[in-house]
Amino acid sequence: MRLDQLNNHLTKRVKSVHTFPTAPEIPHQLAEIGFIPGELVTVLRRNLFGGDPMMVRIGLSTFAIRKQEAELIEVEDLENHG
Amino acid sequence: MAESKIHFYPKEPLIALVGNPNSGKTALFNLLTGGKQKVANYAGVTVERKEGKLDLGIQTLRILDLPGVYSLYPRSLDEQITCNVLQGRAIGEKKPDLVLCVLDATNLRRNLRLVLAVKRMGIPCVVVLNMMDLAHKRGIQIDLLQLEQELNLPIVDSIGIQSKGDFAVREKLKSINFSKISSDQQFSKEQDEQSYTVEADNVVVQGILQRMGLDKILPDPISDRLDRALLHPILGPIILVVVLFFIFQAVFSWAELPMSLIEKATDWVSQFILESMPTHWIRSLIVYGVIAGVGGVLVFLPQILILFFFILILEESGYLPRAAYLLDRIIGSVGLSGRSFIPLLSSFACAIPGIMATRTITNTRDRIVTILIAPLMTCSARLPIYALLIGAFIPARQIAFGIELQGLVLFILYIAGIVGAMCVAWMLKKLTSSKNAFHPLMMELPSYHLPSIKNVGIGLWQKMIGFLHRVGGTILVLTIALWFLASYPSAPVGATGPAIEYSFAGSLGKALAVIFAPIGFNWEISIALVPGLAAREVVVSSLGTVYALAGQANNSAEALTPLLQQGWSLATALSLLAWFVFAPQCLSTIAVVKRETGGYKIPLIMLTYLFTLAYLASFITYRIATYYGLA
Repeated sequence: MRLDQLNNHLTKRVKSVHTFPTAPEIPHQLAEIGFIPGELVTVLRRNLFGGDPMMVRIGLSTFAIRKQEAELIEVEDLENHG
Repeated sequence: MAESKIHFYPKEPLIALVGNPNSGKTALFNLLTGGKQKVANYAGVTVERKEGKLDLGIQTLRILDLPGVYSLYPRSLDEQITCNVLQGRAIGEKKPDLVLCVLDATNLRRNLRLVLAVKRMGIPCVVVLNMMDLAHKRGIQIDLLQLEQELNLPIVDSIGIQSKGDFAVREKLKSINFSKISSDQQFSKEQDEQSYTVEADNVVVQGILQRMGLDKILPDPISDRLDRALLHPILGPIILVVVLFFIFQAVFSWAELPMSLIEKATDWVSQFILESMPTHWIRSLIVYGVIAGVGGVLVFLPQILILFFFILILEESGYLPRAAYLLDRIIGSVGLSGRSFIPLLSSFACAIPGIMATRTITNTRDRIVTILIAPLMTCSARLPIYALLIGAFIPARQIAFGIELQGLVLFILYIAGIVGAMCVAWMLKKLTSSKNAFHPLMMELPSYHLPSIKNVGIGLWQKMIGFLHRVGGTILVLTIALWFLASYPSAPVGATGPAIEYSFAGSLGKALAVIFAPIGFNWEISIALVPGLAAREVVVSSLGTVYALAGQANNSAEALTPLLQQGWSLATALSLLAWFVFAPQCLSTIAVVKRETGGYKIPLIMLTYLFTLAYLASFITYRIATYYGLA
């Protein structure tokens, strides 16, 4: 499941971050702000029109990200991880 | 090791402040150095290295404030600055003797990853746990001694926004002997930052936090509750519009009293001089040049301060990045990344800091587009012009629900600039953007802070001093220069019109009026536009001088407003308002664009498109107004 498909207020774990062909630096940037495998992530709310951008809690930080970024983030259930 | 090149650096030890964006480095820098650098509650306020001195009594240290970074793997220009300094590659600066690694104590998880990266560089490092007050409030208990052992680095705590909040940092710095500090653990080339993965660092950080009992996620209940309303999908945008609307209403209604006081004072002074001094060219220079010109600009100080009062409060509170979140759909749909928002917002104060703030934008195309549209955000220097024309031509009456017409028109002018900017960005997207472009947002939404009265006070004070400096400097000089150009040569014997029509400025104005007549500008306006290239407010002071000279025959010092009301049609006033929504930028902005883009191409494109847009907007406005009989 990808982060953009996740319902609001559900907490999942980051599984992996995909790369984007024309912007190879994006996964690294996402990792820097906390999108690292194993970290907890929750979608807090989405904007009215098409749910873009969305406000997510990643680790202890709160970030606004666009759907385009969320599509790169693969998440999994909490039990699947140790 | 022998140096091949000789550099002359100040002998004082150099301390660099490094940390995540919005971890409070600049607040701490200001505390340590007594500096007054801009501080706000969002990421990316500092985009340049700033230097200050810290006097510890026993010795003086040089302190460098650096742009915030999430890692030492730079992508944007501001991050590059930080990395270059730490690696000793920055031009004109030596490698720091010590790094103060500033951490946000409420978010150790992300901040500690940066500490590990800094540690690897081999520069002696002291960790500063900042925002300890907020951490305590949220029930985060950090055992400093244990963290010291875990990291094997000295740790001190600080509260960057409190006076004396830097006590522990100063004490620590006093205890360090900089002449003996170890520089033997030099950063070796094979220890490349990229070979360390963020994942590996994260495992180390997780381990530390687990052992310290800090691995639980504690929510931030106040910010969460506020966000539930302020970022609500429907309520949020409504609140944003109401807030902005209220600000523009206040700019007019709150300023009435102080403005009339300043007006009365300048009137009294010029009447006094007119009555007590003999008729002489110096009297004319003082009354029709200096007082009419400079006084005419000074009167808008209260409105500028009111506007900045609100901007400062919004900046301090942490609401601004949230406004960016609410408006992101608009910015995204014209092909800009979320990083463009803060630079555009800064441009409402002045385009120059806004253009410098584009350094945080990683994508070059996005950065250039942001620079190109930044001048369309209405800078504070245009406020006096808007306020003068609105005050003179838009009746002060309520239209409905307590909404003042004047405030509404000002609001519309600001919106017109934004809409214009979005249209230009959209056209540039059609022309230059590729289909597969990635425009990330990735903007941190910080915790809300209660704005500190002291910080807002300092900010307002600096705005006022800055404005008075402009009034007493550029504006005064240009006003005096214009007085000379508008007074000489004097009228020939037997001339019928006002003397100014025969002066240098008069002839220039009449020549320019040929270009500007189709958009309804008379020769007086055409004169005022020329010195207005140096600074926007000068248009107001120039109009003051030109009209004062033109009307000096009756020996009175009338205020500018009634003169404009008699002299201009509503169509002309509206056309001039439309002109200043788009008008080509002042010279200093052009110079900064040239510096930041490294050539004349972008500034030339900017000048051309802004002039064209301004002329078109004024032409359409004037023609429509004329059609409705307002000329």
